[in-house]
Amino acid sequence: MKKGNSVLVIGGGVAGIQASLDLAERGVKVYLVEKNPSIGGRMAQLDKTFPTMDCSICILAPKMIECYRHPNIELLTYSEVEEANGSAGDFTVKVLKKPRFINKNKCTGCGTCSQKCPVKVPNEFDMGLGMRKAIYIQFAQAVPLLPTIDKDNCLYFQRGVCQICQKLCPAGAVDFDQRAEEITLNVSAIIVATGFDLFNPSIIKEFGYKKYKNVLTGLELERLVNAAGPTGGRLLRPSDSKMAHKLAFVQCVGSRSQKKARGFPYCSSACCMYATKEAVMIKEHDPESDILILYNEFRVFGKGFQDFLNRAKQDYGVKYIRGRPGEILEDPQTKDLTLTYEDTLNRKIMSSKVDLVVLCTALIPRPDNRKLAHILGVNLDEFDFFKPRDSIYAPIDTKVPGIFICGYCQGPKDIPESVAQASGAAARAAEIIASAARVEV
Amino acid sequence: MGGASEEEPRIGVFVCHCGINIGGIVNVPEVVEYAKTIPGVFHAEANLFTCSSDGLSKIKDAIGEYSLNRVVVASCTPRTHEPLFRATCEEAGINKYLFEMANIRDQCSWVHMHEPEKATEKAKDLVRMAVAKALLLKPQEEPEIEVEPSALIIGGGIAGMTAALSLAEQGFKVHIVEKEPEVGGMLRQLYKLFPTEMDASVILSRATDAIKSNGNIEVLTSTIVRDVKGFIGSFDVTIQKEERNTETLRVGTIIVATGAINLEPKGMYGYDEYGNVITQLRLEHLLKAGELRKMGTVVMIQCVGSREERGRTYCSRVCCSEAVKNALMIKEIHPDADVYILHRDLQTYGKEYESLEWRAREKGIKLIRYIPEKPPEVTSKQDGKLAVRVYQVLLGKETKIESDLVVLSTPLIQHEDAKRLSSILKVPLGQDGFFMEAHVKLRPVDFATDGIYVCGTAHGPKNVGESISQALGAASRAAIPMAQRRLRTAAITAEVDENKCVGCGICVELCPYNAIQKDEKGIARVTSAVCKGCGVCGASCPETAITMHNFTNEQLEAQGLAALRRAAI
Repeated sequence: MKKGNSVLVIGGGVAGIQASLDLAERGVKVYLVEKNPSIGGRMAQLDKTFPTMDCSICILAPKMIECYRHPNIELLTYSEVEEANGSAGDFTVKVLKKPRFINKNKCTGCGTCSQKCPVKVPNEFDMGLGMRKAIYIQFAQAVPLLPTIDKDNCLYFQRGVCQICQKLCPAGAVDFDQRAEEITLNVSAIIVATGFDLFNPSIIKEFGYKKYKNVLTGLELERLVNAAGPTGGRLLRPSDSKMAHKLAFVQCVGSRSQKKARGFPYCSSACCMYATKEAVMIKEHDPESDILILYNEFRVFGKGFQDFLNRAKQDYGVKYIRGRPGEILEDPQTKDLTLTYEDTLNRKIMSSKVDLVVLCTALIPRPDNRKLAHILGVNLDEFDFFKPRDSIYAPIDTKVPGIFICGYCQGPKDIPESVAQASGAAARAAEIIASAARVEV
Repeated sequence: MGGASEEEPRIGVFVCHCGINIGGIVNVPEVVEYAKTIPGVFHAEANLFTCSSDGLSKIKDAIGEYSLNRVVVASCTPRTHEPLFRATCEEAGINKYLFEMANIRDQCSWVHMHEPEKATEKAKDLVRMAVAKALLLKPQEEPEIEVEPSALIIGGGIAGMTAALSLAEQGFKVHIVEKEPEVGGMLRQLYKLFPTEMDASVILSRATDAIKSNGNIEVLTSTIVRDVKGFIGSFDVTIQKEERNTETLRVGTIIVATGAINLEPKGMYGYDEYGNVITQLRLEHLLKAGELRKMGTVVMIQCVGSREERGRTYCSRVCCSEAVKNALMIKEIHPDADVYILHRDLQTYGKEYESLEWRAREKGIKLIRYIPEKPPEVTSKQDGKLAVRVYQVLLGKETKIESDLVVLSTPLIQHEDAKRLSSILKVPLGQDGFFMEAHVKLRPVDFATDGIYVCGTAHGPKNVGESISQALGAASRAAIPMAQRRLRTAAITAEVDENKCVGCGICVELCPYNAIQKDEKGIARVTSAVCKGCGVCGASCPETAITMHNFTNEQLEAQGLAALRRAAI
């Protein structure tokens, strides 16, 4: 690989993966930094994708594996960018590779360590609905397929006892002495694709999230209906593990909010459709289920969205009501939930009793965007999304030449838009490489 | 590599649990045990996820350990996973066409989820069929082709110009073909752009100056594409400037950026009858020219000809933000004007338009929701003003607004000419009339035909910023083969036996990819780089003169017989 022909991609979700693959395919060396143990990002957590109902991990996993196998891509998972200097065509970046406490050359990914580990903690990948061990593989299709020891919960690190994983590992791959490693990279361009975080709806007290067990978020539901999720794909409500048949979705939780303390003023752009998708998924499994979507303004602006909404209504019988519940109440005995709301199109006060409520929470900027923006010297917008140089004519550029942004970290968008924009960021990075090469000549 | 055709076939079968997607219904261990009993199978195993890096290494290990020379994976669909498994075979030294897949997820565990025993039996059937075919597989070589490092961009709007500039900056030669006498497309008709209120002309002149001064870009205006022959790497494009002679360009890749037009709302809301019922695009023109006279009341109606029950069912994405922006501009020029926007669901999505909507509310712009069952009515009054009746669904009553001007927000629609282009390029249009990408989620700017890409409003309604993002995306995709310079194309293609071909030409007519031509002897010839291996020609040839590589009659018969348990196994 000749010098001046490499790019750093920060974030290993679908946008970062696409940008990396586009560049690698054309012969550019890519360093793909992901702070989690595996690449895959949010898309790996989804069950299906709208409006085509493709199984999400099934279409993503081949791309993840392609990143892993591509000779031009170096995966730096469980790593974070610490420092960046230089300018377009010549950036020096320091990356901190956190210790997994696993020798990757010895580990075979057999999973014995996780099976035998005595410590159980809530599994972040399943949004805390299931449990994982203190030594764990993030998810079954993880890339790379390596376990990681969660130091904060490991008995050895916390109390100096146990070491069962090390004793039982047939490959002798557990290495408690592994240290963090600092890697210095020289790259021509940087692409930021760090995605989004989720709004925590406990702030909106009247919806009872975390207070009532059967109030979930959209992504939690996604894990519940996923065959690889904590319930094996059965829609069991958390309070009593009974099948949920009657569900209500509440839109715009933490988005389109004019009150700062209760969320963000923008529209998250994906929730109307993901709620519809989740409703259709549930109906496919259980045609007798009764599903109500409470919305404010139905957003169907994307390709195929309106047709998908029509199908959900006509073919699957999903009910849509324009209204917003004032409060969600729990029956202390049955743990059933009652929503009272105004059906604003018919001007009637309504009340529905359901087994499960799904809050379609806002997709929000990552809290660590500030730190990364500071490291890179780029701007954030008023919400803390990465700010493009100009939202109309330079949507992928930042104020720093050679640093580009794509995917949800740049602002709300769905998967196809993220993928197209990620390719766009790859094109802009390739322009930097080409122009640097011309100067050299 | 891969000289397996002469050796004794040694097949490995890998049965995937897919977590519990398959394993929760199909008895995977039973299928594995069954597979071991099929003649020709030398190894069979179950994997939790065959597609995980762990599963793939197990395939590679087994190939070495059991000297396997063919692989069968019983898992999900070849649509998503076949390339991955083929590449794994190749890495282990087996020709990648000595691989076969049985889809026991979609065809067993998913459709027969309530009948696990039958699903298991069917999985065994599918594995037996895959093995029967695998026994007869032959290694295939993929033809290597050269890629011309130049691109054709059809359409000189903002998407086409953006893609052209990026490719030119990356060092490729670009030809922009624009059918109008000037480049610029829809931007030439727009005034201020939301959300920053930047002048469209500023963006336009920046882009046109940049493409005109770039030595790698040739701009051909008043020119249309007449014909396209060839395939990725070497397309021969016939273009025609005005009525003059045609000319041929050789390019490696093609980007479709032909844009869209605004629907003319004929027969709707008095558009043809009353002079003061205009489109949003016409309003844009009046604002730009400073010709919007002072007026008391303006009513805008959204979803005019879009989100219909039948026909144009789609939402045109940009009209709500455009209406809000124009309403704000009217208020700026004529602060006393009353501006109403009658909408169905205001599509002010994303991080910037919501604040636009709130600004509109603050400025006193009235947003009134109507329902399609009771659409607004526009009639003319004697004094020349318009009477707009709207059923305000949120209040449950009808309101009458006396208006000086009614502005109709009509959707972006596909050009008439798109059908012609679609058939020349052999790329599809969707139900909504817009060009249809290869995969909605993961290949949003590629066409299924290699070497051809799409961006901008030709693909569906979008605003300027979104078109620019997507155009850069298309530039990246088109740059990949051009940067590689050489690439391999799929070997699953049709081949004509010239001794059997009678030159009837049925296959030439039916081929959806233009891959078959008759030679000077009148015999059908397949251009393998263009052939997608769809099999239409093979199925329709009355002389059975066409062999589909990797899907030969012999192989399919063996597979069919295995299904009927009539094979020797």
